Amino acid sequence: MSTVAQQPPAGAEARAQLEERLERHWGERPSLRSWFTTVDHKRIGRRYVVTAAVYFTLAGVEASALRTQLARPGQRLLSAEEYDQLFTLHGTAMIFLFATPMLFGFGNFLVPLMLGARDMAFPRLNAFGYWIFLFAGLIMFSSLLAGDAPDGGWFAYVPLTTRPHSPGIGLDVYALGLLFFGVSTTAGAINFIATALKLRAPGMSLNRMPVFVWAIVATSFMVIFALPPLNLANGLLFLDRRFGTHFFDVGRGGDVLLWQHLFWLFGHPDVYIIVIPALGIVSAILPTFARRGIAAYPLIVLSLVAIAIVSFGVWVHHMFATGLPRLSLSFFSAASLLITIPSGIQIFAWLATMWLGRVVVGVPMLFVLGFLVTFVLGGFTGVMFGLVTFDQQVTDSYFVVAHFHYVLFGGAVFPIIAGLYYWLPKMTGRMFNERLGRWAFALVFGGMNLTFFPMHVSGMLGMPRRVYTYPAGLGWDAWNLLSTVGVFVLAAGLLLVLGGLLYAIRRGRPAPDDPWGGDTLEWVASSPPRPYNFPVIPRVRSLHPAWDGRTAASLAELDSFRTLEEGRRTPVTSELDGRYEWAAEMPEESIRPFVTAVGLLVVVIGLLFRWYWVAGLGGLLAAGTIAGWLWPPERTPEEAAAS
Amino acid sequence: MLRAHRYVRLVFRAPPPVVTVGRRFPKGGGILRASRRVRPRYAAGAAVIAATVLSGCGGGSPSALDPAGPGARRVEGLWWLLFWISVGVFAVVLTGVGWALARRRRRGEVRRGDATRFVVVAGAILPFFVLTGVYGVGLDDMSALTNPPAGAEPVTVDVTGHKWWWEVRYPATGAVTANEIHVPAGTTVRLRLRTADVLHSFWVPQLMPKTDLIAGRINETWLRADKPGRYRGQCAEYCGLQHAHMAFMVVAQPKADFDAWLARLTGPAPAPATAAERRGLQVFEQGTCAACHTVRGTAARGTVGPDLSMVGARWSIGAGAAPNDAGHLGGWIANSQTVKPGNAMPPQPVPAADLPDLIAYLRSLR
Repeated sequence: MSTVAQQPPAGAEARAQLEERLERHWGERPSLRSWFTTVDHKRIGRRYVVTAAVYFTLAGVEASALRTQLARPGQRLLSAEEYDQLFTLHGTAMIFLFATPMLFGFGNFLVPLMLGARDMAFPRLNAFGYWIFLFAGLIMFSSLLAGDAPDGGWFAYVPLTTRPHSPGIGLDVYALGLLFFGVSTTAGAINFIATALKLRAPGMSLNRMPVFVWAIVATSFMVIFALPPLNLANGLLFLDRRFGTHFFDVGRGGDVLLWQHLFWLFGHPDVYIIVIPALGIVSAILPTFARRGIAAYPLIVLSLVAIAIVSFGVWVHHMFATGLPRLSLSFFSAASLLITIPSGIQIFAWLATMWLGRVVVGVPMLFVLGFLVTFVLGGFTGVMFGLVTFDQQVTDSYFVVAHFHYVLFGGAVFPIIAGLYYWLPKMTGRMFNERLGRWAFALVFGGMNLTFFPMHVSGMLGMPRRVYTYPAGLGWDAWNLLSTVGVFVLAAGLLLVLGGLLYAIRRGRPAPDDPWGGDTLEWVASSPPRPYNFPVIPRVRSLHPAWDGRTAASLAELDSFRTLEEGRRTPVTSELDGRYEWAAEMPEESIRPFVTAVGLLVVVIGLLFRWYWVAGLGGLLAAGTIAGWLWPPERTPEEAAAS
Repeated sequence: MLRAHRYVRLVFRAPPPVVTVGRRFPKGGGILRASRRVRPRYAAGAAVIAATVLSGCGGGSPSALDPAGPGARRVEGLWWLLFWISVGVFAVVLTGVGWALARRRRRGEVRRGDATRFVVVAGAILPFFVLTGVYGVGLDDMSALTNPPAGAEPVTVDVTGHKWWWEVRYPATGAVTANEIHVPAGTTVRLRLRTADVLHSFWVPQLMPKTDLIAGRINETWLRADKPGRYRGQCAEYCGLQHAHMAFMVVAQPKADFDAWLARLTGPAPAPATAAERRGLQVFEQGTCAACHTVRGTAARGTVGPDLSMVGARWSIGAGAAPNDAGHLGGWIANSQTVKPGNAMPPQPVPAADLPDLIAYLRSLR
């Protein structure tokens, strides 16, 4: 239904020539080598999505094991050790190895397409980030196979996680693994910011940038400010554990609350680092299925930015029970309540969009509706946790487990599944089966609520979180059994999602370029997009370029500054107004990102097992490769003059 | 409750969205088909069920909604306020979603317009007033929970968290016990909380919200039980392997009973009365037990494990790991690692002939 396809080509022959030339510069011949060297943001984005989905499945299997252990009081299916490792890895993997990379995967695939660019600003950095993410996940999960996974909970409070209380290698895996993973997230964030600010199609001023891209940019700024405290915390923890420093050793003047401050200064923004891109997905899908543009676009964008800023001022609400002074509690309580307002604005903007439009309930929209209902419930309990005394009563109980699963499953997983269905045609060129999708939604929605709603009750009834077993007779039995039943319904639903998507990829009908009638530029590209995304870079004149006849007209004009067929080039535009500035030469595929990532992996493994000379060699490999990577290319004087 | 109703009414009174009929956006491809109607009423139903269940809970459950003291009662009030506001707002959102779905088959144009005024009023201004009100209530509750209500001279108790048990001391008399805090009903009890190792959290849902035990610091809280009774508490901060078995019992007694209990705990432990108990004491003092445990008035003065001067009267063995009866006690002594894996007490090589005497002696300490 693309408006482009209907346009008569401006000289079919010229167009074919253009595409052939672009193919020569951008095409990658499929080979084993290209598997390791690719810098195509679409391939990398798909890899992020697939890898994150694999880690999600593993972490989900862990969760099912945990719930099975808790089905009845006093079960002995899992030992305390196993239970502690499983719940720690479940949380750590879901937060770090699933949610953020999955959303970065969407970002990688979609941001250049939505902006009308041919790749990310730093394609090789992008490839590098993926490999680091893959390796960090492998390290984390392999520690479970070795029987010594981290077991300090995903926020790893000291002193439990210092060497005297956790002598194994598990917490070293945690600290080093997260430091290692942070490299990937930071690289990705820098890349998104540069791409969104400099590579927008001519005419796409900031106020015409899609909400999803705004969400990714807001998230990226948060990543850049939130990760340093986490990295610092993990660095200090590793120094304490390995080299006997005393940052967290109260006997020697250290402070255990330092860890909590550093961790939550990262940790609370991280909740929004996960939720904001998911809200961006909702703002991309919902208008398409309401058959009109999003209502209150400026307010939605301002809300995202406001959340990104205010979220750095609420971390202490994770520490309300630690005995801090009342004045600071009242400040952070106010901030924690305030931060719900931008979310409220978005909820009502979506409602208004649906009212003014005409809703079509396709499978992606079903998951968006599921998101609305569950995320709002998670928001209510979020407000409750902003109130100091209520927080002190139910924090660290199953009530908080229920709360953050409503926020993270409702607020992130539902939009992610919606996004998978919505962009599957674009990512793979295949359509999925609607009926299967509806069944999957029913099971996931029912299973999710059956799993997590009873936890509100068991928490209220006094059940603390992170217990590997509990006695009968405290009123907790039935609620736990319900949760466990729910987890299996949920698992069946998720399997149906997975099965439906895999079936679509293998057997699905070929997808048209624009199956839904979306308003953003990715629907102007073919399904799946060509390696260069757009033969002609569109000229953007409104917030809804794919619905704008002028966009289609601009695609028919073969302006040389928007075709850029001489070499691998994409236009660079001004930060605010999107005025054309110059054409950037984009790097070709390279093995260096992979080799650098392997070098860093060797460093991490060397540090982990105290093979410091191995770590040194890995460091040399990485540093040497980076030097070669950054070495200025040799150019003839004519080439230099031309660029 | 009142506030929730007002909020719902105000939302419905919001000015209608500003709309202008304009250019039509292109319609979607043929793939989108209208579906049967979704009825997202499940969660509302669940909320109602939860409300019914929660308010009816009691008997045996350490429920935060079955408060037995002024601290927890205050929080219970806050919860119901928040609950009803949430129900109200949720009803608004569900109605909004339902309306959008109900209208989707209507004829006519898709409307343009940005609904900015509506979004600002419904999404920002109304929530701001509600949140401000709630915040005020929250601040009030916070002061109420910081300062215990006035009354009789408070009793002070020092509680120290260990992996994985609670050491309980009464500094006024020097009495020591474990995993059990006896308090006089109707009297405020000041608690000074510290930890010997990792972080723990002190939580008695029916009496008082949590306060963490922070290494290197002393945190203070208080509680008051209105009536005599037993109120279960449990460590709420993950503290390692046996976090699940770090429960305790607050036993509220009439003042006279409490005083008698405290006096018994202050003097020497009951002397063994039978021959078996006497042999048991001998085993206790001469075997490995005394290296870690104290029994007042005997040669056993170990300080690594819990004080056992009144162990026979305690509500459980191993901070909730097993019921306190002869069979479980024997099993615990022989090999507590099967009951509570990872706890600090190694399996004890007590000869089979001595074990019944040792059990008899420990059971007599009440």
